Amino acid sequence: MNTKQIFSSLLFLLSILVLIPWFIATSGRWDLYYTLTSVALLAIASAGVWLTFYIGRINIGQGAFALLGGYITAILITKAHFSFWIALPLSGIGAALISVLIGLPILRLRGVYFAMITLVLTEVGRLSALALPITNGAKGISNIPLPGKVSLFGIPIIPDFATLENPRIGFYFLAVCLMILCFAVVFRLVHSRLGHLCRSMQQNEELTASIGVNIAYIRIIIYALCSFMGGIGGSIFAVMSQSIYPSSFQVADSINFMLNCFLGGLGYVFGPMLGTVVLYFGWDLLFQTGKYQMLIYSSLLILCMLILPNGLLSLRLPGRKNS
Amino acid sequence: MTPPILQVRNLTKKFGGLTANNDISFDVAPGEILSVIGPNGAGKSTLFKLISSFLRTTSGEVLFAGERVSNLAPHIVARKGIVRTFQETTIFKNMTVRESVIVAHHIRSKANLLGYFFRSANAHQDEQTFGRSADDILDFLGLAPLANEIACNLPQGHLRALGIAIGLACDPKVLLLDEPFAGMNHDETMQMVELVRGVRDRGVTVLLVEHDMAAVMRISDRIVVLNFGEKIAEGTPAEIQDNEQVIEAYLGREEDLVGLYTC
Repeated sequence: MNTKQIFSSLLFLLSILVLIPWFIATSGRWDLYYTLTSVALLAIASAGVWLTFYIGRINIGQGAFALLGGYITAILITKAHFSFWIALPLSGIGAALISVLIGLPILRLRGVYFAMITLVLTEVGRLSALALPITNGAKGISNIPLPGKVSLFGIPIIPDFATLENPRIGFYFLAVCLMILCFAVVFRLVHSRLGHLCRSMQQNEELTASIGVNIAYIRIIIYALCSFMGGIGGSIFAVMSQSIYPSSFQVADSINFMLNCFLGGLGYVFGPMLGTVVLYFGWDLLFQTGKYQMLIYSSLLILCMLILPNGLLSLRLPGRKNS
Repeated sequence: MTPPILQVRNLTKKFGGLTANNDISFDVAPGEILSVIGPNGAGKSTLFKLISSFLRTTSGEVLFAGERVSNLAPHIVARKGIVRTFQETTIFKNMTVRESVIVAHHIRSKANLLGYFFRSANAHQDEQTFGRSADDILDFLGLAPLANEIACNLPQGHLRALGIAIGLACDPKVLLLDEPFAGMNHDETMQMVELVRGVRDRGVTVLLVEHDMAAVMRISDRIVVLNFGEKIAEGTPAEIQDNEQVIEAYLGREEDLVGLYTC
């Protein structure tokens, strides 16, 4: 990392960890915490989708894994009385394991075929949640308790969320910290040799196989990592809203995860984060236009893709090669 | 005679009702340049894909240094030392020449995936070794001045050289070249002939599929001729030139319409 990158990362950390909470405290707009937490969680899931784009797969199935993560957390907490802090990683791991099983056959497909299958996957997720006995059908699982406190050697590290004056602050910091962690991992991965291998696979899988790379193995690893992030995002989402329903993550959400990546830029690690912010707030801002909301929103998206096919970040960094 | 490095034994490939390769057998000696020629549709490319395991055989087998390698995954065959190149459109389009060649060193990597991620000592060492080796290969193929060019901007001749560079980076024992002379003029062909000889002189056995008869006659130690999926001849260039069946396959019998069987 060069000095400019370190400086901008520090500035970014400062703004989301200090400036935004300070702004919310002074302006009294506590509702923003909920919005921003949602954005952070959606960005985590989108980062996973971005990774599958990085190996040349269009993934419209992240909603299924977010839903899965949410249900695993909900079931573990309400039925097995696990602590949220154990259920959270287990949700990610559970989603990753399922994605390995599903990925083994479907990752052989490419292009539009993979996209179609993953799109169906989201719907399969919703229908399974409706049908399975453990998920409580359309009623979903509600009254999920807030995360409890965590202490190490008697020293409290994370306070009990229920005792907080505003539990949303807790969720905000949790989501934002995880988002930073996820993007740091993706950044590191992309700039390591593994990232180079992913890029080779994106450009030509046969050639990559011919140089002795086990492409099936790398595809599975990346897809599992993607689903892990989806599961984590869904898990926190379920606990934050204290409920999960089959309709919590639908096809529209899966498509949004993909759009976030497109909009931010497939060539940039931080593309999905920017895409999520712009798309989420853009949609809300257009709310005032009433019945024209969808029309304007869609037209703007089409314009963006025509004018900026490489995403919003290509605007800020003209001439810079993909990183 | 030294034992053959590659043995093709009764190799047969059927696509549904079409027999693309029928009972083909030949040996490749270490350090030789062997060309596979034949008219369009003779099954040359299929044979190539069978040897590099990009296709599964219907029957028969390929032995590499006495060990069966057919029907393994392509990356395992590459790890054993049989590496194929592709025609020039198959490259890493958006990577620079040097990056492509460095990535292609994957087989020699000491670090594992976690090692890459955490930049272990092995991964660090790999990066340096690969960089040096890539520069060496680019130098050898005359690509050094273009090292930082994006691959899709290269002219055709250099793309071929890049394909060979990617192949060499895998440290192959046998390199399979797919039509290295296609679409080249006389001078370019001569340069490429020299280049392929240079590859052989590095201790790599070269197996190539080619249309260009002049280049093949010039470069090959031995030639295998296919027609309609069958091996019709095998021998030195001089023997092949005088072989009745080969002439017939390429030029057609006298009673046939002119042009029907030309290549």
